[in-house]
Amino acid sequence: MSAYRASRYSLVIDPIACDGHGVCAELFPEGIQLDPWGFPIIEKGRIPIQLLDHAQRAVTSCPRLALSLVERG
Amino acid sequence: MAPELTRSSGRRARPSAPDVPAPAGPERLLAGVGADGRMVTLRDHEVRWGALPAWPGSSFLDELDRSGVRGQGGAWFPLAAKWRSLRPTRIKGPVVVANGAEGEPASGKDRLLVHQLPHLVLDGAAVAARTLGASQVFVHVHADAVATMERAIAERRQHGLDPVEAVVVVASDRYLAGQESAVVNTISGQRPATPSFTRIRTVRDQGVAGRPTLVQNVESLAHVALIARFGAEWFRSIGTAESPGTSLLTVTGRWAEPRIVEVPLGVPMGHFLGLGAGNAPGVQGVLLGGYGGGWLTPAQALAMPMTEEEARRHGSSLGAGVLALLPSDVCSLSEVSRVVRYMEGQGAGQCGPCINGLDGLARSLEALAYKPGSLRGGVPLILATCDLVEGRGACAHPDGVARFVRTALSVFGDHAQLHLQRGPCHGGNHPFLPVPRASGRASRSRGPR
Repeated sequence: MSAYRASRYSLVIDPIACDGHGVCAELFPEGIQLDPWGFPIIEKGRIPIQLLDHAQRAVTSCPRLALSLVERG
Repeated sequence: MAPELTRSSGRRARPSAPDVPAPAGPERLLAGVGADGRMVTLRDHEVRWGALPAWPGSSFLDELDRSGVRGQGGAWFPLAAKWRSLRPTRIKGPVVVANGAEGEPASGKDRLLVHQLPHLVLDGAAVAARTLGASQVFVHVHADAVATMERAIAERRQHGLDPVEAVVVVASDRYLAGQESAVVNTISGQRPATPSFTRIRTVRDQGVAGRPTLVQNVESLAHVALIARFGAEWFRSIGTAESPGTSLLTVTGRWAEPRIVEVPLGVPMGHFLGLGAGNAPGVQGVLLGGYGGGWLTPAQALAMPMTEEEARRHGSSLGAGVLALLPSDVCSLSEVSRVVRYMEGQGAGQCGPCINGLDGLARSLEALAYKPGSLRGGVPLILATCDLVEGRGACAHPDGVARFVRTALSVFGDHAQLHLQRGPCHGGNHPFLPVPRASGRASRSRGPR
């Protein structure tokens, strides 16, 4: 599955900071869905390399700075 | 910190055990409880257990490793691995916190330890402080235990026992008071204290005043006090290879007061309840762990060896050592809905999925208990909501509620079907599980804008 090679990064959300703006799910729908109350559900595991810049955009656009890209050993 | 070596041979110095016999039976911690139920004074404590041996430097870590003792506050994490994960820097000495502020309403073991055996707890904290080179020690207890703890600390001061004197901090009476990061926030002065987001940096990296912090349950520390005296080999002489030693349980049933028992880990529940492996008459379900634990059928419970792994295999957890035998004459669903509404109110009110999900769960379960006709989405929606809250809070509060609800719907599934087909039953008027009167909510619910 070379088309979807995993990066070393995954998304981590700080649920205390998160206010459910939902902008992350718009910018990175491949890895983030919204629950019935409008709060993001993050896909588990490492992000495919091809989608890293989408994930990065979601991280930088969060008005609450609640999303982080974290390197997994 | 490098272990200190003895001058001559280069081998680690191992202090000799005190000149008193190690407890031989399954009652270890409880073997030190006084007959009058009052605090055991330092004098009586040292008569019973002997003086605390001084393990040099961090030499005790290897003994702790060999003992295999695991944390008794609910996570059941090996103590040695936890202690080793603290990485003190030269400027930031670690902090040790003895946590005796369990929030589980049905548990009484921490209370027994801090009220009656404070010196066993303080011994354990002293061993941790010495081993880790801690610069500060805190004891986190409910208000009613402050006087006892301070008296015990004063006794130790008189005899110059502790290198670092413990400071008593009053815990709030909320369910989450004992949660690791909430404890750190309480010590830092936050009122009411709520958990922090610790998925990237834990309190072991950055806790009290930014220092690496060990938050350890008082029962774990009491076991440490005995391991420091009688050694790992003695500790492992009871229990299983993965779960050695004993554990304190709070057993609640139809009989008078809840009682606290000490049992070897790995022993089937039926054994120490005196019920064998068959069925428990008059019991419809057994709650294991507490309100963040899970339900088992009486047959499952009686046959289950008491280890965290076995509990998890049943979708439950040993948690804070609660064992509640629900009598057959109460409505299980009204019990479950009462507890879930309490847990909803005890949330910190910080994380959207927990705020919304727990309220949804409480509403659905109240409907199922009292107005089954009005339940929308039925049992499947309740289970889906459990999936939706799990793992999505800053702390494990929603995970515990999800576990409680899922196992309840499995164990009391027939009763739920009866409610749905015939309406509410009449067993809801005799509340059994203790639910404290709710203290004020930490903050108001939030939704997306």
